Amino acid sequence: MVGDFFVAVGDVLSSETTYSSGWRLAVALAFVAVGEWIAERAGTINISVEGSMLAGAFASAMGYDASGSVAVGLLIGAAAGLLVGAVQAHFSHNLTANQFVVGLTLNILVLGLASFLNSSLKPETATAHVFEVPGLVEIPLLGPALFGQPWPLYLLYPLIPLAWWLVYRTRWGLEVRAVGENPQAADVSSIDVNARRRQAIYVAGVTSGLGGGYLLLGQVGWFEDAIVGGQGFIAIAAVIFGGWTLRGAMLGCLLFGSANSFRLSLPAVGHPLNSELLSSLPFVLTICVMALFAHRTREPQSLARPFIRGLR
Amino acid sequence: MTATGAAASAGSVRYDRARESATVLGIYLASIAVALMVAALVLFATGGSWTSVLSALLDGSVRGPGRWGTTIGVGIPLLLVALGTIINSRAGLVNLGQEGQLFVGAALGTYVATHIGVGGPGVLFLIMLAGVAGGAIWAGIAAVLRYQRRMPEVLTTLLLVFVAAQAVGYGLKNKNLLLDPTPDQANRNLISERLRPDTRIPRLDWFGNDFPMTAFIALLLAILVTLVLRWTIVGFRLQMLGRGPRTAHRAGVSEARYGGLALVISGAFCGLAGAFMLTGGDFGNYRLTPNYPVNIGWEGLLVALVGRNHPLVVIPVAFVFAALRTGSGFLAATGVDRDITKVVQALLVLALLVPPAILFVRDRRRALAAAAERV
Repeated sequence: MVGDFFVAVGDVLSSETTYSSGWRLAVALAFVAVGEWIAERAGTINISVEGSMLAGAFASAMGYDASGSVAVGLLIGAAAGLLVGAVQAHFSHNLTANQFVVGLTLNILVLGLASFLNSSLKPETATAHVFEVPGLVEIPLLGPALFGQPWPLYLLYPLIPLAWWLVYRTRWGLEVRAVGENPQAADVSSIDVNARRRQAIYVAGVTSGLGGGYLLLGQVGWFEDAIVGGQGFIAIAAVIFGGWTLRGAMLGCLLFGSANSFRLSLPAVGHPLNSELLSSLPFVLTICVMALFAHRTREPQSLARPFIRGLR
Repeated sequence: MTATGAAASAGSVRYDRARESATVLGIYLASIAVALMVAALVLFATGGSWTSVLSALLDGSVRGPGRWGTTIGVGIPLLLVALGTIINSRAGLVNLGQEGQLFVGAALGTYVATHIGVGGPGVLFLIMLAGVAGGAIWAGIAAVLRYQRRMPEVLTTLLLVFVAAQAVGYGLKNKNLLLDPTPDQANRNLISERLRPDTRIPRLDWFGNDFPMTAFIALLLAILVTLVLRWTIVGFRLQMLGRGPRTAHRAGVSEARYGGLALVISGAFCGLAGAFMLTGGDFGNYRLTPNYPVNIGWEGLLVALVGRNHPLVVIPVAFVFAALRTGSGFLAATGVDRDITKVVQALLVLALLVPPAILFVRDRRRALAAAAERV
């Protein structure tokens, strides 16, 4: 039994397609996690990234159908993600409605809207063409995975350092972090707490929309209702798993993405392994990591606490 | 103050109150109208006609023969989930795991029903008990993590939904757990054995509409929750915890005990909803299937929100949500996709989130202005 497992792992690890598919799945999560990481550093948890992602996927399908260009599709996808993020931001950090309730409702709304519109509009889509980075694609095993992919995947590579720079090296980032740690103190230093939180959620909306667009145009190629299927939640889990650091969040995405591709490629290699275990791995691992290292990770001190001036 | 002055001021207070409630009502009506207009716009943009949609929804939910019985059957678990949600919301906790708690409850109920081998009312009661236990355990995990390891219950309950789906999915693949062991059963059908007829809930037949008897239990539970929250010490302490945790702490209300209790009760209600779905017959034909909760958990949460966390108000709301669900089955004839009802539901919830927030902001502004005047 245990021996079988290691044989299976060996078979999977020696095939190039595993790395490619693992990387592709991880990238979809990473798009979302980058934005959600910024939003959580601002002290918000928006579970509407799942909805943003789905809106991004559907809107990019519509955009591609209308224009025939992948770039336009992705742009419209990002705009749709931003729209969902904007609704979330204004409902929960302007109108003071409960952010989880708003997020959950938005997820249901987007799912209903996307499947309704999809059944009546039926956009025609295709995948973006593969672009092989000359030279780098020759690297054994990892080369094709990292540098021989549909081109929208490469958008992620500049996005990660950009997010890091934005949060750690700009005034805006400093204020976002301040708002996530101690909103009262930030407020008396004349930082508009809820405005920063809204802006952080806009960023999360845009990257989730891009993630959805990438999922559709870079990976799946057609729209289906289950295209996102909880990947937004997995990305949130990755941010928590990573202890609210960018490095950790990306590691979480890589781990959870590989677990997912493992699950998909095991039957092909011919080894029965518990696919339920692998599917629930992101969630179980995140809960375990949170429970075990709760005292060691530094979560934003006012995570998920709404800020209303004068109320504490 | 003279007598006439007092009378006049009493009159103006009454006038102010009338105007105030008219404003509140106006804000609510306006936001609901906006939500319905957006839904109509979506429908219009795709070329559907809203009159035919409305008439199909009404046919499918109440007007058609035997339809309102079905709607009641669907409304029962929605009501139970909403009642559970009310308890944790009143205690100031957010439970997003109803879908998972319901699934675990239904699965444990199935396990008991298919392994016990005999039938009868006693076994039916055991199935209910297993459902309650399943939901309570699943919410209990989140409660333990909340009060032992200080993990936000929002995240743990949410994450446990996906774990529950996978765990039950695993059970549905194993013949000694949940999968139907009948030899001629096709291997690909991941469903449980059918419940024996004597472990099903009797169905009543009123004017050609049949629904399970559990409808009355659900109504009784709604009244019970109202009474407990209003008249008992436990209910008072739960709500104290929700309204002012610091006050509760100083008054000697243990946060871990009452918060944990609220979460576990909430989960128990969801588990019971799962057991009712299983034995009631309106879902899955007395068998457990993959994706068994079919969003009842999420929608029950929305019912509680729309009902403003009031255990009696949620009864009609649950019926309306159930009607949207059963009515959507009749939409195919109009050529409009049934998912439009999901859009309507979510838009309604969003619309009902706005007025309290607007009122809150307005009252704050007024209070601030009054304070500035006094200075």
